[in-house]
Amino acid sequence: MALTIKEVEHVALLARLSLSEDEKVKLSQQLGAILNYADTLNTIPTDNVEPLTHILSVHNVFRADEVQPSMPREEMLANAPLVEAGYYKVPKIM
Amino acid sequence: MSKDYEVVIGLEVHAELKTQTKIFCSCSTAFGAEPNTQTCPICAGFPGVLPVLNKKVVDLAITTGLALNCEIPNICKFDRKNYFYPDSPKAYQISQFDMPICINGYLDIDVEGRRKRIGINRVHMEEDAGKLVHQGDITTTPFSLVDLNRCGIPLLEIVSEPDMRSAQEARAYMEKLRAMLLFAGVSDCKMQEGSLRCDANVSVRPIGQVEFGTRTEIKNLNSFRALERAIEYEAARHIEAIKGGETLVQETRTWDEEKQLTRSMRSKEEAHDYRYFPEPDLLPLKISQEWVNSIRAAFPEMPEQAQKRLVEEYGLPEYDAQILTLTPDSLAFFDQCLKQYPDAKTISNWMMGEFNRLLNQNNMEIGESKVTAAGLVQMLKSIDDGTISGKMAKMVLEEMFATGNCPEVIIREKGLVQISDEGTLLTLIDDIIKTNPKVVEDYKSGKEKAFGFFAGQIMKATQGQANPTLVNKLLKDRLNHIQ
Repeated sequence: MALTIKEVEHVALLARLSLSEDEKVKLSQQLGAILNYADTLNTIPTDNVEPLTHILSVHNVFRADEVQPSMPREEMLANAPLVEAGYYKVPKIM
Repeated sequence: MSKDYEVVIGLEVHAELKTQTKIFCSCSTAFGAEPNTQTCPICAGFPGVLPVLNKKVVDLAITTGLALNCEIPNICKFDRKNYFYPDSPKAYQISQFDMPICINGYLDIDVEGRRKRIGINRVHMEEDAGKLVHQGDITTTPFSLVDLNRCGIPLLEIVSEPDMRSAQEARAYMEKLRAMLLFAGVSDCKMQEGSLRCDANVSVRPIGQVEFGTRTEIKNLNSFRALERAIEYEAARHIEAIKGGETLVQETRTWDEEKQLTRSMRSKEEAHDYRYFPEPDLLPLKISQEWVNSIRAAFPEMPEQAQKRLVEEYGLPEYDAQILTLTPDSLAFFDQCLKQYPDAKTISNWMMGEFNRLLNQNNMEIGESKVTAAGLVQMLKSIDDGTISGKMAKMVLEEMFATGNCPEVIIREKGLVQISDEGTLLTLIDDIIKTNPKVVEDYKSGKEKAFGFFAGQIMKATQGQANPTLVNKLLKDRLNHIQ
């Protein structure tokens, strides 16, 4: 079943995508098809199956609380489009 | 607050954990570093990196859960909370959604002599976001500057049940929670530095109504006073709206400290849609009973145990015990004083009175003050042996607070020695009696005020240094012997 145009618009807004009217129609069908496919999982009986929290059956992987040197600031900022006084510079969001 | 309505409050508290490193990488958490000097590809959200959990964070979260009487489920996991904002370089925050580390706890608070139990819904672990700095005038500048040092600093979010019914209860909860976190050693809880932050959910309903009213969430509450004022303001605003037939909007508001009011933060009513899903890069945690027990075994003295000790062993009133156990520093100061001075109530009086006044005036915590326990004890002993009066002691304490000098030095330098020599005082008394025969007659005819006049004159002549108890005794003696 296709998503409604309203649902597509909502998901697009959350993902910060702007879509044309044609794209919205196309995506409503494509996303719907993906969800339908995922829905096949609902046909499998899982009454006696423990919910899975992770695909690996490994637990408790930790790091000790010991400081390691951080990355030099120039290197961290090297890929930023805009930099000022040691800060990343970004358009103001209000 | 109108009698016909009740306010319903729940608090979400964020506490920064006391670790050396961030939650998922080994960058330092030290406060106040130059911008972007404590970051790496993990905390700055570069593609392809993998987070690894800091074990200390889990230990501190379990400690907090035990302090707040929570259940610690034996499995918990992390989830991604998705949102776009420049303070979050990954465009998601690693948090815990449906399987938090601690659930179903409580905290008992005392308000106006009544004990009340406030439910704790959950405690979960998450990472902090970066900091946005606005250069120049925020309304005109087209840019924000981003510092990612704070990104990835471990936080606990502690969510209460909506069990509080007044701003005072909310404050008491916050104070008690802060005390618990400090005693448990999990957070510095410095509200001004942001290591303890609080959001309040507030709604109002007519008394007797079961359903909750429309709630608003208030952010930016940086002090106990701001918390109290913001709740009072918001409750009054809701009541007025309900009475006026207005519809309240469920929204996030910010507390404006300067104007002392709350303002709407989000104009569009865009429902929160964080699309939580399990964090695939982190493995679930199994928390064994042995792990929990080992933390329980190493538990430090908590505020309520300390209060009990102060009341039962030293005979302090409950109220004193509560105030003295608001922070571990305050309790340690008291305990140190008590080792060198036997009178618990006198120590308590000075700590809660004059010393506390100086701390509040200067917006300081007891640990930041220059006054030491040994210094306070020396001052108390100087009162006891008659060197200084109680009034002088207040001056001495002020000076100790300002300079950190010990009382002996201050007493000597300021010439603050109390005159307790009977001969000297009697000479002065005789002199003043002789030069004021009219007042003596007044006294003899029963005017009590006349006595005060003489005492005042002696204090004036000695610049306040005469021992007041001795002056009263000698003066009464002399006046009564005049025929």
